[in-house]
Amino acid sequence: MKRVMEIHGLTMDFGGLRAIDHLDLEVREREILALIGPNGAGKTTLFNCMTGIYTPSEGSMIISPPGKKPETIRGLKPNIVTRKGITRTFQNIRLFPNMTVLENVMIGRHCRTRSRIAGALFRGKTTIREEQATVEYSYHILEKIGLAKYVNDFAGILPYGAQRLLEIARALATEPFLLLLDEPAAGMNPQETGELDELISRIREEEKISILLIEHDMRFVMSISDRIAVMDYGKKIAEGTPEEIRSNQAVIKAYLGEEFVA
Amino acid sequence: MQKLSEIKKSLLVSFWFMFLTFPIMVIRVNPIEKIVQWRWRNLLLVGMGSFILSFVWRYMIRQKESGMKKTGADDLQSMPLIDRVRKEQRLYIPILVVLSVFGILFPFIFSVYQVNIMTTALMYVVLGLGLNIVVGLAGLLDLGYVAFYAVGAYTYGLINHHFGLGFWAVLPAGAFMGALFGIFLGFPVLRLRGDYLAIVTLGFGEIIRLVLENWNDFSFGPSGIANIERPSFFGMQLSLQNATIYIYFLMIALALFTVFVVNRLQNSRIGRAWVALREDEIACQSMGIDKTKTKLSAFALGATWAGMMGVFFAAKTTFINPASFTFLESAIILSIVVLGGMGSIAGVIIGAFVLILLPEYLRAFSDYRMLLFGAILVIMMVFRPQGIISNVRRTYKFKGTNIHGDQNK
Ligand SMILES: Nc1ncnc2c1ncn2[C@@H]1O[C@H](COP(=O)(O)OP(=O)(O)OP(=O)(O)O)[C@@H](O)[C@H]1O
Ligand SMILES: [Mg+2]
Repeated sequence: MKRVMEIHGLTMDFGGLRAIDHLDLEVREREILALIGPNGAGKTTLFNCMTGIYTPSEGSMIISPPGKKPETIRGLKPNIVTRKGITRTFQNIRLFPNMTVLENVMIGRHCRTRSRIAGALFRGKTTIREEQATVEYSYHILEKIGLAKYVNDFAGILPYGAQRLLEIARALATEPFLLLLDEPAAGMNPQETGELDELISRIREEEKISILLIEHDMRFVMSISDRIAVMDYGKKIAEGTPEEIRSNQAVIKAYLGEEFVA
Repeated sequence: MQKLSEIKKSLLVSFWFMFLTFPIMVIRVNPIEKIVQWRWRNLLLVGMGSFILSFVWRYMIRQKESGMKKTGADDLQSMPLIDRVRKEQRLYIPILVVLSVFGILFPFIFSVYQVNIMTTALMYVVLGLGLNIVVGLAGLLDLGYVAFYAVGAYTYGLINHHFGLGFWAVLPAGAFMGALFGIFLGFPVLRLRGDYLAIVTLGFGEIIRLVLENWNDFSFGPSGIANIERPSFFGMQLSLQNATIYIYFLMIALALFTVFVVNRLQNSRIGRAWVALREDEIACQSMGIDKTKTKLSAFALGATWAGMMGVFFAAKTTFINPASFTFLESAIILSIVVLGGMGSIAGVIIGAFVLILLPEYLRAFSDYRMLLFGAILVIMMVFRPQGIISNVRRTYKFKGTNIHGDQNK
């Protein structure tokens, strides 16, 4: 199957601490790949490297968006990476609390629109049309995600689960080919987690994109992902289908400790 | 029972105040006649005053807290007047009509002195709206805003002095110079945030003032530039009274223009980017917004307005020197933005009128002006920290959907 992103020998040092240690990972077209690992394994740091928030100390990251030439994204600024088609959500929610829900999603459209200051002042035909398209596109996403009833509410007052969904909606508005979700089910109740499961599968089908997600809820991970990669102390210790991972000795050791290994 | 304990607390406060103010309010030493006067009456006044104030203060705090408890109670009656006006759109038009009639008749009813004060207030409206782009929308705490104001003023002062160019010719140049300095300052401070940014901009403001004060050959130092031309009226020079009225209407036009521009900007693609930057810088970048460009554009646009008002200021007063551009000026403009409500146009306008007109008309109490100024700000911060008008964002309507809460509180 075609790969949309390839990571080779990725290393990230913070002073003396090696948060990621020569990690190799590939993301395939239209797959749901889960990234799991104990706390502090370096999962979020990997996302930060992939989205340009950190520049990795070593290693390469090559993207091959469908229908485009492969290129490296190492050293690009976060906003450029987003424009190239990788977007993310955050482990600790980072919405724009004093903007409306719709506006939050409209921000996601920023990199796909072009009107400038002069356009805003004179409000010519192109600007008006673009602005309308932005509003409609964003509203459409909210409908898909099931947040349409909140359109004009401030993002900061939404219930917790809705805030997590809004982060996904906002990320989708940038039209990514690869969506990174950092613990999307964290803090959700079982019912919400069930709905999220469905939503993520639906996004994959409808948007035809790849999804890489970090998650601690094992039941959720096992049911949703095509493949799972496991990290511990910055290294990838296992990779495979949910069945393979379930019976992998190294994974059991990392999660439960030496004594549980058969 | 609760009442009683409140009274007790207020009594305590009043005793405390009597004790604290005893040395200054009660004892007076007369060094000439070498006697000590005991003004017991003052003690009584302080005691009563602080008791009443403390009681009222506590009462207001209680009101505020009980008001917060019953959130969701959306009935118009319980809302502060200002929010009610905003919600009831039918009040808009009558209010606007009354305001514009008043605005047009104002210079013909009132004295030149009053018209001058009103013009000044309008200038601060525009300055506040300009700074509002930087602080209110983009969330960049700029304490050196007055520097750009100075740049504009000196642009006109110097060009007029050396080349004799008039107001209208230099107005765009002043705005342009403001923008240029905005970018010039913007670049080095792009990486800074919050307090650090505030300190650097504060320093920048002072540097500009000190340069103007000390570079005699260039800026004529502390003595400033005099005899700057007033704005001409189709090439005619007007009498002082007519010139005042003319400048007043000019200022109204400029203020309206500014409101128009800021309003269009804040609900545009770029305006949303500013607000997103204010709300969360990392998320903002991760959503594909270029942080550098966005910050620079906010800085440059804010400075453009300061530059423009600088030209206007020079033309209005016909005399400028560095003393007009001290930190206090930046602080007042910033207070206007904070008091009015960060990011709200109507809030900034009201804030400017309150902060500029109130001290003008309180000249009778000029000794206590600063005290009152401070008290208003403190009271605002306690009872309405979001400013006179709280954060307003545009709402959108969609066909076939039942919009949940179509106005934001
Ligand atoms: N900016 C930073 N500076 C220094 N150390 C960091 C930084 N960011 C992360 N780390 C360290 O890198 C390691 C990996 O952190 P990371 O947040 O990637 O873990 P994680 O796998 O996402 O854990 P969790 O499941 O708890 O979210 C941790 O030891 C963390 O302390
Ligand atoms: Mg993490």
